[in-house]
Amino acid sequence: MTVVPEKLPPVLEVEGLCIAYRDGQVERRAVHDVSFRIGPGEVVALVGESGSGKTTTAQSIIGLLAANGRIESGNIRLNGTDIAGWSDRRLDTVRGAKISLVPQDPGSSLNPVKTIGAQLGEIFRIHRALRPDEIDARVVSLLGRVGLSEPELRARQFPHELSGGMRQRVLIAVAIALKPQLIIADEPTSALDVTVQKRILDLIDELRTEYGTSVLLVTHDLGVAADRADRIVVLQRGRVQEQGAASVVLASPRSPYTRQLISDAPSFADPSARPPRVKLPGATEASDKIVVVENLVREFARAGAGGRFCAVNDLSFSVRRGTTHAIVGESGSGKTTTIRSIVGFDRPTTGRIEVDGSEISRLSGEDLRQFRRKIQLVYQNPYGSLDPRQSVLQIVTEPLSNFSRLARSDREEKARAILARVGLPEDALARRPHALSGGQRQRVAIARALVVDPQVVVLDEAVSALDVTVQARILDLLAELQSDLGLTYLFVSHDLAVVRQIADSISVLKDGRLVEGGRVAEVFDAPQSEYTRDLINAIPGRARRAAA
Amino acid sequence: MTAFDTFHSDIGAEARREGNRRSAAISRLRHLPKGLVLAWLVLAAALLFAIAPSLFTGHNPLEGVGGHQLKQPSAAHLLGTDALGRDLYARIVYGAAQSLTGAFVAVGLGLVVGTGLGVIAGSVRPRFDDAIMRIVDVLLSIPPLLLSLSIIILLGFGTVNAAIAVGVTSVAGFARLARAEVVRVRRSDYVEAAFGSGGTFASVLWRHVLPNSLTSVLAFASLQFGSAVLQISTLGFLGYGAPPPTPEWGLLIAEGRNYISTAWWLTTAPGVVVVLVVLAANRVSQSFGKASA
Repeated sequence: MTVVPEKLPPVLEVEGLCIAYRDGQVERRAVHDVSFRIGPGEVVALVGESGSGKTTTAQSIIGLLAANGRIESGNIRLNGTDIAGWSDRRLDTVRGAKISLVPQDPGSSLNPVKTIGAQLGEIFRIHRALRPDEIDARVVSLLGRVGLSEPELRARQFPHELSGGMRQRVLIAVAIALKPQLIIADEPTSALDVTVQKRILDLIDELRTEYGTSVLLVTHDLGVAADRADRIVVLQRGRVQEQGAASVVLASPRSPYTRQLISDAPSFADPSARPPRVKLPGATEASDKIVVVENLVREFARAGAGGRFCAVNDLSFSVRRGTTHAIVGESGSGKTTTIRSIVGFDRPTTGRIEVDGSEISRLSGEDLRQFRRKIQLVYQNPYGSLDPRQSVLQIVTEPLSNFSRLARSDREEKARAILARVGLPEDALARRPHALSGGQRQRVAIARALVVDPQVVVLDEAVSALDVTVQARILDLLAELQSDLGLTYLFVSHDLAVVRQIADSISVLKDGRLVEGGRVAEVFDAPQSEYTRDLINAIPGRARRAAA
Repeated sequence: MTAFDTFHSDIGAEARREGNRRSAAISRLRHLPKGLVLAWLVLAAALLFAIAPSLFTGHNPLEGVGGHQLKQPSAAHLLGTDALGRDLYARIVYGAAQSLTGAFVAVGLGLVVGTGLGVIAGSVRPRFDDAIMRIVDVLLSIPPLLLSLSIIILLGFGTVNAAIAVGVTSVAGFARLARAEVVRVRRSDYVEAAFGSGGTFASVLWRHVLPNSLTSVLAFASLQFGSAVLQISTLGFLGYGAPPPTPEWGLLIAEGRNYISTAWWLTTAPGVVVVLVVLAANRVSQSFGKASA
């Protein structure tokens, strides 16, 4: 990472940019007077939570604002030429050739009915950069360049045949195809596993040094920005809070918002800062294991080809009452299958799962329904796990009406109490989920789980979809509830930084097998397996921790 | 992104909103699509015709006036008279009850039976699902007109029987749509979460699956209403609907057919009315679909 001397003319200069969105009759300004510049070969990170205007700013640079968005004032100068007012037609000459975009979601950014090769070749056809007979060879060499194995085969495959990380590599290949001066990477890795995330960011870094391309990295993860960016621009509610060299911003943040962001980022957290857990009386006894999983195996019949696919293979672990156990692994490692078996949504092929003394695989019908009081699941996606047609109060009262014979008014009272407990304001109770923010929805989901007084709460990536500041508040809430109510958490996550913050013990899963398990401090300090080491090294923000 | 800020509304915003509500209502009224307003007016008029026909015309729809046969439209007879001297306008007004009841019965039958089948198929085990949906496939494979004609022959002639015959043809469509919606909703996290918080099969179905899958089914129902009016008129035209003296729209068109060269209004006027009602129903159903999307 080199600091570029100021005298080189910047590749991109944004000055006094204001952007407004039209919503019916009113115009709402989303970006206020944002200015920054990107020098040649420089990486600038736009950091902020959702709603901060970082994506809007990035979209406006490449002329891809939503139809109701409009640049009110300000300049966007590319090599000194103002492109802010350009028509789509004129921008077409710049897009892909001078500025390119790596979009956020690799899952939906590729055309599902065209092969990878055809989509990558399209950019050469559109810009008439190559003769038609040269395109195929160039496509294959580009796919090789971004680190895809067997590029000839990949060029003939369709997007669904590739994993998320591979698709993101293809999108990067599209972005670098014409060697643009500036790549805008809009949350390029937030949909990916940590280890894949690290490899993708390494790749972008590598290509930057090779081609001398500048990068505008849009991210909510300060850890990623700290590792990768030369300069950081912190945005909040559409205004620049702070900007400057990455090391300076992180070491001595001037704005309170940046300080907040840094203290909330789990990847920066000091692992020793975690308060020691209050031991429940008799917690040391072996009999106090509330969740016991023994030799769990779950096989699925493979579609079409026949044969069987083993999602979880001979997994055993146990959780003590009142502690937090983390299940960690990349996507496809069997985390979700495991917890679905534990909460009784799925039946294991063989093996034993015991929760608070009752074995789940034997339960069915009414017994299973009654068992659900003991163990509750909080879903990953707070947008999908709440019925859009129910009010918050209805959502939280529903479990009570299923289980208890309390009168209606008592049920409501209990629901109100628990909603207040999770920190939801009184006036939110009548709202429907769509009128709540992501963090508030997750609070509702937690309230729904807690209202039946469960003993175990399973949190399936429960904070992964949230902004760091919101995430920090929810984690605080969870810790508080645990010490007050003596809850046991099963915390499923791919984010090791968060796990280190809140878990007592950990199981690391890979391809359905237990790779490593034990106390969190031991596993983090002295990981036994190569895989765990990889996972720990992939936590972003190491640059800052090393410096601190 | 937008959801993030909506919550930080303070008391000031509340008060402002109160004040803005009136002007907002007025501007919303002004921005209503004109086609939609027109469509609602047409449907309202048809409904009023059906409820209180005597308010709209003083003529008797069933008894002709001697010497007034096949009169051209005039002040006395707005749409002229037919071969028996009956006022055509009066017959159209009184016919609304026949045609609209028929359409309501037909759509109601399709909606209840079809949606019921679809919801069951979407929520039970695959084997029952397959059995129900194959029956639905068989229903879909028979041409609608042939199916309704066969049913009328089995049940006998009459307005209600014609409506049932038309309703049966729409059962398959409703079943398919309802099943697709139920399958979509059932896969969602909140349905699983409802089971997780102790819901029984019936309570989850009633509280979550049904309300969330019915929106597009209801939009489809209002679309079906238009085509039911058309199908009932078709049956009337072919002579399978209400028996002759009854003023039913399809029958009116059929009766006027013999005089088309001398008295064109006898077929044109009821024809235009049918077209208007069908178009209006389609426009209204479209607006339902948009609102739910």
